[in-house]
Amino acid sequence: MLTPVTDTDGAPFWQYAARGELRVQACGDCGELRFPPRPCCPHCRSFAAEWRAVSGRGRVWSYVVPHPPLLPGYAEQAPYNVVVVELEEAPRIRLVGNVVASAGAPLDSVDPARLRIGARVRVVFSGGLPQWVPA
Amino acid sequence: MSLTAGSAGIKDAVAIVGIGQTAFARNLAEDERTLACRAVLAALDDAGIAPGEVDALASYTMEETDEVELAKAVGFGDLTFFSKVGYGGGGSCATVAHLAGAIASGQATVGVAWRSRKRGSGPRPWTNTAVQLPTPAQWTRPFGLLRPVDEIAMLARRYMHEYGVSRDHLFNVALACRNRANQNPAAVMYERPLTREMYMTSRWISEPLCLYDNCLETDGALACVVVGKERARDCARTPVYVHAAAQGLPAQHHGMVNYWNDDPLTGPAWTAARHLWKHADFTPQDVDVAQIYDAFSALVPLSLEGYGFCARGEGGAFTEQGALEIGGRLPLNTGGGGLSEAYVHGFNLINEGVKQLRGTSTAQVPGAATCLVTAGEGVPTSALLLRS
Repeated sequence: MLTPVTDTDGAPFWQYAARGELRVQACGDCGELRFPPRPCCPHCRSFAAEWRAVSGRGRVWSYVVPHPPLLPGYAEQAPYNVVVVELEEAPRIRLVGNVVASAGAPLDSVDPARLRIGARVRVVFSGGLPQWVPA
Repeated sequence: MSLTAGSAGIKDAVAIVGIGQTAFARNLAEDERTLACRAVLAALDDAGIAPGEVDALASYTMEETDEVELAKAVGFGDLTFFSKVGYGGGGSCATVAHLAGAIASGQATVGVAWRSRKRGSGPRPWTNTAVQLPTPAQWTRPFGLLRPVDEIAMLARRYMHEYGVSRDHLFNVALACRNRANQNPAAVMYERPLTREMYMTSRWISEPLCLYDNCLETDGALACVVVGKERARDCARTPVYVHAAAQGLPAQHHGMVNYWNDDPLTGPAWTAARHLWKHADFTPQDVDVAQIYDAFSALVPLSLEGYGFCARGEGGAFTEQGALEIGGRLPLNTGGGGLSEAYVHGFNLINEGVKQLRGTSTAQVPGAATCLVTAGEGVPTSALLLRS
């Protein structure tokens, strides 16, 4: 399984995730949230940034169900779901992830036929990665 | 006389006067460099221009054969302009656009654009985890969003949900391309008809996209030759003029994982189209035939909206009633496209546009005088308006 290859801008996200916290980069001056993280604010051009805690509640914006050929590890769990979740308090902030039955459950632990755009989900964490469970 | 920004520009200043290609197949014996040389020499032979006259080159950043290798192999003269465009298939039309700019501004006189690729017998780029880019792959790949098809299927699902686009609409795209390939002996799928039954029962690749929503995996190479309009009049072939050209990188665009802005379904096509139509003497309604980048079927309805052939959300409905077939509102990908002729990062779409305007396509649109050619949508893109 692939682990995140982080960069300077993204590293704090993963450090917070490893502690079970979902935080999103925000401008330190104008306060605008932004994702993915980047060096400065596209709204006010400030280089000041903070990492703001979010509720971890969201809705499925879209999803796919990959089938092989896939990389080893993923192929064994296919077909599985990959979702884009829009955050409840900031719908333009969307996170790619998986809907699973419970924290740490395999990628194929939820029947893809049960997924719907608009379905409510909440974040859980496993192995430093955010995952989503039905809310 | 000097050109000022926004004045005469490149409109009809250059023409494509030669096209060349190798065979297309799942597995060709020759290497990419050899295929590149063959396609380039075929294009120059078609133009009736000696390799020693070439002074400008343009290709893709993903092209494996660099300018030095190509120039020394085929015997080019002194080169004064060479350019490579990024973002995979998004750069196809930009190769011609860069040559047009160089020739129209006097930096060069004879330009060659090319693409050579062994994507049929070579490795799939997404399987290389060693070169995993830190951004934005860290936000997608760990969760199993691994391949371009997964990334585009995510947008396709949302698009289908918002606008009622159906699998039948996507089938219409795949079928039009396959029908044209069945007329084109050079197409990989020449002798392989497609039926709705085959489409609807085929295996999934990434739901909601099935096997036939995906482009082919092809070995092959293509090239074209670009010269100024005066020189073009002396060439053996009917000149095909570059009427307008544009690249497109929209504000807050994120590449193929364009999930992080206000409206992810407004892609680079919209940006390229605004520039293209602003500089053109005609409108989308005047386009006789279109070669629209089809790495995935779902990119076509999105592009139809972006380039102004229909309103937002109507790209699926546009494909109904044979609109994309010969005799329809907008004959599409008349060589078979990436879905059914060959997938060589969209360069075959450029050459097919030239064939249509020469009147030599294997699926000729009668009297075709204008053609839109587009590059990869869903990534920073480019497009050409060609006219005879």
